[in-house]
Amino acid sequence: MRGIAVIAGLTCKEAVRRRVLAASVVLGLAFLVLYGFGMHLVLSRTSETVLRQPLIRRQIINTLLVMGMYAVNWLVVVLTILTAVDTIAGEINSGVIQAVATKPVRRWEIIVGKWIGFAVMLTGYIVLLTAGVLLEALMIAGQAPANFGRVLGLMLLESLLLLAVTFRAGASLSTLATGVAVFGLHILAFLGGWVEEFGWIARSQTAINIGVLASVFMPSESLWRRAAFDLQGPIIGGFARGPFSIGSVPSAWMVGYAAIYLLAALFFAVRRFSRRDL
Amino acid sequence: MEGENKPLAACAAQKVPDSRPDPAGLAIRTVGLRKKFVDKIAVRGLTLDVPRGEVFGFLGPNGAGKSTSVKMLLGLVKPTGGFAEILARPAGDVETRKRVGFLPEHFRFHEWLSGEEFLRLHCRLYGMTAPLISKRVPELLEVVGLAEHGRKRLRDYSKGMLQRIGLAQALLNNPELIFLDEPTSGLDPVGRLLVRDIIREQRRRGAAVFLNSHLLSEVEITCDRVAFIKHGEVLEVRDLRECAAGELSVTMRVANWTQDAAQALARWASAIRLEGDRLEMQVISEDFIPEIVSQLVSRGARIYQVSSRQASLEELFLRIVGTDGGL
Repeated sequence: MRGIAVIAGLTCKEAVRRRVLAASVVLGLAFLVLYGFGMHLVLSRTSETVLRQPLIRRQIINTLLVMGMYAVNWLVVVLTILTAVDTIAGEINSGVIQAVATKPVRRWEIIVGKWIGFAVMLTGYIVLLTAGVLLEALMIAGQAPANFGRVLGLMLLESLLLLAVTFRAGASLSTLATGVAVFGLHILAFLGGWVEEFGWIARSQTAINIGVLASVFMPSESLWRRAAFDLQGPIIGGFARGPFSIGSVPSAWMVGYAAIYLLAALFFAVRRFSRRDL
Repeated sequence: MEGENKPLAACAAQKVPDSRPDPAGLAIRTVGLRKKFVDKIAVRGLTLDVPRGEVFGFLGPNGAGKSTSVKMLLGLVKPTGGFAEILARPAGDVETRKRVGFLPEHFRFHEWLSGEEFLRLHCRLYGMTAPLISKRVPELLEVVGLAEHGRKRLRDYSKGMLQRIGLAQALLNNPELIFLDEPTSGLDPVGRLLVRDIIREQRRRGAAVFLNSHLLSEVEITCDRVAFIKHGEVLEVRDLRECAAGELSVTMRVANWTQDAAQALARWASAIRLEGDRLEMQVISEDFIPEIVSQLVSRGARIYQVSSRQASLEELFLRIVGTDGGL
């Protein structure tokens, strides 16, 4: 456990020293400023008559909230992969890992320690951004997102899942190949989600099946789609259609599957790293 | 005859020791250690004993399998055959690593840390207590001559400074066994002298040092024994304490050279070459020279001149390993 704590601390320190954390926070804050300004602009330009109708007002604000969370989600996805892509592959390739792996630390402790270090930082980052969106929604629109806790949990699970997959790829591949592989998988899941959504609208079971298959292959996007559905609330989510609305809703089983997928990716990352030559 | 054989037995090169010492007294023990990568065999079958408290040189041309062997001993690379023990425990054993130090060849470290932070990190990886860390870090910075640079980031260190901080990192835990992979490659003469003193100090306190180096002059000065390896196999092990660098190059002017004399000589010398009346050979010790002269004279040879000089480790290396580079 000592090894895990030391490596986790080292991972956080590296993010701070290399200004990865600072750059991410500045980017996140810039987004929140822009988002708040945009929300204020939309609501101030919408006619009073429209906003007086509760359902329409709620739908407009909900759409803005989903858009905001959608942007946060992409920001987190990109940052998760970019910050973690080099941590294993890069250290193996450069030889930095040699001085560490010859110390009385087990290899699984190195992987788990790094993962925990990143997980702590990403959790803080996601909480910061989603809480920022929540506060802005309350202050500007006077409406809190529905199911905020659940949405936060789902987005966190998506980020940690991508982190584990990045670790698994990094234990075998070079930095570049790891980046390509993990982004590729997520894009595949993203496209699968859209295919499933179109399938639901067009009543095409084949398209839905293709989407589900993509989610089984890589469940990251299905977590966002579930989060987006929960964010809309039961009434709006039931009938509203648009680029950010969800028709074909990933089930709780899919969320459970994603959690198992995360653990399996981490397990295979540890196994591969423990068996490979450094 | 037994008396005649004695000096030869005492100083002879060993291919593989017939009777191996007690494993408990060994810092390193390998038997037939082998590593096969997909496309090549890096180490064919390394059999080696390094006693505790010995400075052991590991010599070989590029691609001879030296670094792969070191990595297998440290548990970084998994062997595909044979076995290896470090301090009487299987190589790679996590608990044993508490008693082992390692300076990697390319000394790539976390460059965003300062020298002091870097040493503190590795102390924590060793599981050292906070008071001990506070004592050891300044101590080691002083030993390697970086006391003034402890707060500087590693990215601002020169190559020589990185090698020094790497050396300090390898000594943090007062290891019983230290692997130094090319420890002087980035150092100036003052730095080399420092490394030499550090190695001697480690030997004095009873640690074994496994030195992998291309700088044969350094090895010659610091090592107790050396192993010459090529294609991942030990060709010879030499004891430099008994035989200095190893061999003497002996040149004689002889007449009446006979086949009988040549056969007698083969027992005492190697690399025997006759050109005209000039006879050249390598002998392990100068104690052999009178015996060689006596053997030749008794077989009818006439000797007009005898001269000898100490062969350097470099000459020995080239003779044993060859000049093809082993690639």
